[in-house]
Amino acid sequence: MDNKKSNTLRGLLLGAGFIAVAAFIFTGCPSQQSMFDSGDAAQKVYVAPGEHDEYYGFFSGGYSGQLSVWGLPSARFLKVIPVFSQDPETGYGYSEETKPLLMTSYGFIPWDDSHHPHISQTNGDADGRWIYINANNTPRIARIDLQTFETKEILELPNTGGNHASSFVTSNSEYVIGATRFSIPYEMDLDVPIDSYSEEFRGALSFIALDPETGMMEMDFQILVPPYNYDLGRAGKGPSSDWVFFTTYNTEEAHTLLEVNASRNDKDYVAAVNWKRAAELVRNGAGETMSAEYYHNYYEGNQGIAINDVKDQVTVLTPQDGQNFIYFLPTPKSPHGVDIDPTGEYIVAGGKLATVIPVHSFSRMIEAIENQRFEGHVENIPILDYDATIIGEVENPGLGPLHTEFDGRGYAYTSVYISSEIVKWSLETFEVVDRIDAYYSIGHLMITGGDTKNPDARYLVGLTKTAKDRYLPTGPKQNHPAQLYDISGDRMQLLLDFPTIGEPHYAQAIRADIVTPNVKQIYEMEDNDHPYALRRVADNRVERDGDVVRIYMSSTRSHFRPDNIEGIRVGDTVYIHLTNLEQEWDVVHGIAVKGANNSEILVAPGQTKSIKWEPTRTGIYPFYCTAFCSALHQEMQGYIRVSAADSDVPLTWSTGGN
Amino acid sequence: MEIKSRIVMTLAALMLIGLYYQPFWTIDMSAPQYPEGIGMYIHINDVTGHNRHDLQSINTLNHYIGMAEIHKEDFWEFEVMPWIFGFLIAFGLIAAAVGNIKLVITWLALMVVLGILGFVDFYMWGYEYGHNLSPDAPIKVPGMSYQPPMLGCKQLLNINACSWPYIGSIYLGLSVMLAGGVIWIEKFSKKQNT
Repeated sequence: MDNKKSNTLRGLLLGAGFIAVAAFIFTGCPSQQSMFDSGDAAQKVYVAPGEHDEYYGFFSGGYSGQLSVWGLPSARFLKVIPVFSQDPETGYGYSEETKPLLMTSYGFIPWDDSHHPHISQTNGDADGRWIYINANNTPRIARIDLQTFETKEILELPNTGGNHASSFVTSNSEYVIGATRFSIPYEMDLDVPIDSYSEEFRGALSFIALDPETGMMEMDFQILVPPYNYDLGRAGKGPSSDWVFFTTYNTEEAHTLLEVNASRNDKDYVAAVNWKRAAELVRNGAGETMSAEYYHNYYEGNQGIAINDVKDQVTVLTPQDGQNFIYFLPTPKSPHGVDIDPTGEYIVAGGKLATVIPVHSFSRMIEAIENQRFEGHVENIPILDYDATIIGEVENPGLGPLHTEFDGRGYAYTSVYISSEIVKWSLETFEVVDRIDAYYSIGHLMITGGDTKNPDARYLVGLTKTAKDRYLPTGPKQNHPAQLYDISGDRMQLLLDFPTIGEPHYAQAIRADIVTPNVKQIYEMEDNDHPYALRRVADNRVERDGDVVRIYMSSTRSHFRPDNIEGIRVGDTVYIHLTNLEQEWDVVHGIAVKGANNSEILVAPGQTKSIKWEPTRTGIYPFYCTAFCSALHQEMQGYIRVSAADSDVPLTWSTGGN
Repeated sequence: MEIKSRIVMTLAALMLIGLYYQPFWTIDMSAPQYPEGIGMYIHINDVTGHNRHDLQSINTLNHYIGMAEIHKEDFWEFEVMPWIFGFLIAFGLIAAAVGNIKLVITWLALMVVLGILGFVDFYMWGYEYGHNLSPDAPIKVPGMSYQPPMLGCKQLLNINACSWPYIGSIYLGLSVMLAGGVIWIEKFSKKQNT
């Protein structure tokens, strides 16, 4: 008995000992490990004051409608580039020059939802010349010039609902693509019952040709497709560079309660489009011209007032039997992203309700097309046999895989929304090799130099949807976070967690040395082709034409010319055309007028900007420089006298008593 | 004069052609707001910025302390200097062709005298530029004048201005040294040898 007891006691003590050791191993060591890691992480993201980051990060603004620019790896915030939303800070969308950029066939729209920035490419690598970004709500694509970091052009997409699968460029920037997320009747302004969805509604895939010199967009053609939701897209690379790919969901063709009704099918499709073949068909007259109304807004010269070029027709290609330019690849289940690896061979879909990550092979797809391994057709579009195109299914990827990017070393990184993590998996074995938490609920991810033939793959940024407890709390609505990971080693390592602006969906990062040599410091005055520019200080003046008064004003440190103006009358429409005559980097002037129902304008060196002001009351109106430009900035002001509508105060202007 | 001396003298005269292509003086300015630097080059016929629009920026800054604007048209020197150097090149070539050492000595003496006059003129311009301040200047610092340094650096309010010879002056210096060498060989070393 005694012996037995002491054996039991010995066993108990041994067990307790094991637990103690285990507790030490599993709690003690990891905390030391993380202390070591965080010191290491701080060094990896430290960029000394005055030093520059290695990468530019361009983060979409989501519901802000803009594009924010960051330095990586420090996560220094550099700038917000206004794109689809008015920006009173700069006067974008308020100045006469920029208001036309926000015009659409529905009139002036002050806001949109920007999703997927994509940098122009040459030979499959980002060339840093322009960045394109889509507007989801009122379908548009914008072009931002990376010499000035300004929006230069916006093109509306006709007969499209929700331009979400956009704005991805092909590997030599031949095309930028767009597509319908919410299918609608293709015919312009068609008024039909919503439950005629399957008969009357259609999707449109847009192919926008890019000018190789200027980056300017032109709607080349649209492909009419079944009424699904076209979610995301990517262009092929290398062997697949003649192709673009779109994901679809809602192949159920539901038009109500989609969360249930569009989640019934086990598989939806990836649409593979041979754009080169489609363009050839269009060149050979296979397309049909349909009426449409859409705006193309751009500047004709270096600067000046953006123009609205209103288009009234579009070329439409409806797939016919034997045209061989579009195929459906069955893909589980309600896939979100479709991403092509750097070799152009693997087509990875993020089936957000799927239990695996399906990987199609491009070469097997071509083989399947040649051997006509079709399991059916929808509206003349062949559906390929799933087993004929699939090359692997990544098991155990977590819940809700969305987007994948690649490191060019044989690994893929997929964001997984529901289980809030990033999984790294091998393109050889299709097995998960590493996983790391995201804070919280990750949407897109991006790799530095990503979605190109040659990713740099130093860092990965995860763009997450909720911050919860990650930062100091800022009320019920908080900004969206992003996390920076080091992916240069075998294991992913979290380096930084920082709040962003708006709701970044996709982002791209490019090596800074590709961009910086072309960044302008000033607008050359001698190239200023603005119709209301003031080329010489001596030309400052005020002109009246009926009720329209134009003030040609100059700014230099620290005064406006003219700065005393009389003879404006209630009921006049006054335009202040301010030319910043400075030719020095970052010497910016601005102007604001008391009571003007408008924003200020900021004017870069060598630029001319205009604000419209319609005074409704008599009196003296001070105006002043809104940018702290110089030592005597506070003195940089003036007065405008507004008299009654029937007054005969003569129109005069002066500066300094001259 | 030996043929070698004549060739060297020809070279001395031709060196001066470099002054038509390169500025001979630079004024570098640095200030906290100008990490990239700002400044001007003085040529025999022009004054230009280090960067394209520096002169405009310098004029803008200087108006706060009441200094006059710098414009090329206001300098009679830029009209005269190209002719003076043209004359010196021609004179030097003639001296080499004729082979008369006295002409070479005269040429060198002329260079030295003109050089001294040039410095005096530069000083007088600098004095005028730095002292003749507009009474309407927004920024007035009692006892402060803004004469740029003749040679070396000087702190003027927030700006550290440095004045140095530039590439053109190397041509000028080489020219003087070559001519001096000719005189040395012809007048002194030759005598010892013979």
